[in-house]
Amino acid sequence: MTKNIKASIRHLYKIFGADPEAALERVKAGMGKPELLETSNHVLGLQDINVDIREGEITVIMGLSGSGKSTLIRHLNRLIEPTAGEVLVNGENILDWKEPQLRQLRRETMSMVFQKFALLPHRTVLENTGMALATRGIKKADFEAEANKWLERVGLGGNGGQYPHQLSGGMQQRVGIARALTSNSEIMLMDEAFSALDPLIRTDMQSLLLELQDELHKTIVFITHDLDEALKLADHLVILNDGSVIQQDEPQAILLNPADPYIEDFVADINRARVLRVRSIMSEGAPEGEVAGEVDLNDNLESVIAKAEGALDRRYRVLRKGAPVGSVAMPAIMRALVPRRSSGETAKR
Amino acid sequence: MMSMADLVAKADGGSTHGPTLWNWPFPSLDVLNKACPAIPPSRDFTHGIESGFMAIRGGLRTVVDPLTQPLSWMLNDMLWLMTQTPWWIVIPVLMAITWVVTRSWRLVAFVLISIALLAFINHYTAAMETLAIIFVCAFICVLLGVPIGIAMSRSDRLQRIVIPILDMLQTLPPFVYLIPLIFLFSVTEPKLYGIAIILYAIVPVVRLTDLGIRLVDRDVIEAADAFGMTKRQKLFGVQIPLALPNIMAGVNQTIMMSLAMVVIASLVSAPGLGVLVLRGIRSLELGVGLVAGFGIVILAILLDRVTKASLARIDTSNSRG
Repeated sequence: MTKNIKASIRHLYKIFGADPEAALERVKAGMGKPELLETSNHVLGLQDINVDIREGEITVIMGLSGSGKSTLIRHLNRLIEPTAGEVLVNGENILDWKEPQLRQLRRETMSMVFQKFALLPHRTVLENTGMALATRGIKKADFEAEANKWLERVGLGGNGGQYPHQLSGGMQQRVGIARALTSNSEIMLMDEAFSALDPLIRTDMQSLLLELQDELHKTIVFITHDLDEALKLADHLVILNDGSVIQQDEPQAILLNPADPYIEDFVADINRARVLRVRSIMSEGAPEGEVAGEVDLNDNLESVIAKAEGALDRRYRVLRKGAPVGSVAMPAIMRALVPRRSSGETAKR
Repeated sequence: MMSMADLVAKADGGSTHGPTLWNWPFPSLDVLNKACPAIPPSRDFTHGIESGFMAIRGGLRTVVDPLTQPLSWMLNDMLWLMTQTPWWIVIPVLMAITWVVTRSWRLVAFVLISIALLAFINHYTAAMETLAIIFVCAFICVLLGVPIGIAMSRSDRLQRIVIPILDMLQTLPPFVYLIPLIFLFSVTEPKLYGIAIILYAIVPVVRLTDLGIRLVDRDVIEAADAFGMTKRQKLFGVQIPLALPNIMAGVNQTIMMSLAMVVIASLVSAPGLGVLVLRGIRSLELGVGLVAGFGIVILAILLDRVTKASLARIDTSNSRG
């Protein structure tokens, strides 16, 4: 896949403290986060981050709390100023931009969805939805149709006249998404957008997002601490720990080839049969010998195992849009289900 | 070289027994002055403040006098308006204002009954004078206090400077305000008491505007930034509307404090119910003083209920779940 790179982050550092410049020198000279905190009372927020965000994809940045993921996403629209590095959007370094250019970026190129919804409590749902347009100076009468269209699209057609506090959490976040969509920006930043919602509603919202993405092909940067959510949504997954990127790749590749013990532990509890897809483990070329049936490239392993009824001697032809592209054998599927563990870790369980 | 004891003994005119340890005097300016006239007594110190003030008085007057002149005009005009307009116009207008800000028939009826009661015991004019002064002063407090509060909320440095001043204004005994003002203006000028009331009553509206804006949900402010709002759009579209309940609570407090001050200001010729209270004290007319005091209580309840009810209305139309 050679899609355009919409935005990228280059050698980004963020240090919190009284004199970040001096601390930066020390970090570049090799000082680690705990040492820096102990010797100079500066917090190393982000360390040498390099991420490319491709057009039309969902890039998920995943990490536990304190890993710096919310800090990172706020660099993309400069709600937080970096200590060093570059943030390129459509090829331009936005850190060189002055206030008016930056404002235009926030109004027209990027929109954001927040963990705590952050709707304006004194404005109606409709006015909230049209917030980006109202900020550009468009009158309510002129943005009403557009705002209503997106409210309709997220399933809140009749709620435009209500106030945010009259809606449930899930509905409020739908307004948050409608607000971001109404701005018609190319890039959507979603900061733990679904983390405050109940599990069932969260699943609904994930499906809604995927459905919208199928249709709109926005460039989305999604922050989450939930690995299941990350694997469900991500085209490109970036795993962040203690302020540095420890692995970034297609999610399937991360599952099959975790870069270090931290990630191995992380992915250990995942239902691999449901997440892994045939395309990640198939072998190319025509199948040797006889096949028991055909499976699609994007089927997950669970469905193939179900099809084989547990038998281990089956072999399937893999199709993409109906044309054969390779084959997959049951033993390979079984191997893929066992998480790889580094030698030191095997004794643990 | 003389010891302290010798100094004191000399000051006492050489009396036979010197001070014992028990009644040893603190070496204050006055005590030292007795022993050695080169050290000034502390009255010289207060004299210094007086002559210093008198020296800058002329300059201060030329600056402050024209600046504050509109206050005198406003007070005179409002007093004229509220007392010269016939009662059968003033009372319905006050009732209409109550209805507009509270939408409560009970409060409208309460306004009618309390003013009618005051009028019935011949305190109508005094009550209207007091109300006129409060309206003008509270209006100016809001006019100045809200922008000061907004500026404070935006700059931590300004906040650090203003808060001690507000603390001082709030803790100084109200009479103390009057002292420099009496020297600055003639006692017949309405702005004299106007300034005193405003200085005393502006504190809560400044404090609560600052607090209200600082308490606006950070997430909402971040959203406003993320969607590219200008500072102006943020202030008028987000911060002020969300801080409004707090600002209104400040306005309520400001009105109550102006009412407290208007009584004290009658010492410097502020008309109204305060004058009657003062008469009660001066000439020991117990009844006059108590009835006027009761009138002030009625006005206080009335102003408080009306502003609280309008505050509650803002709160519900603006509620955050």
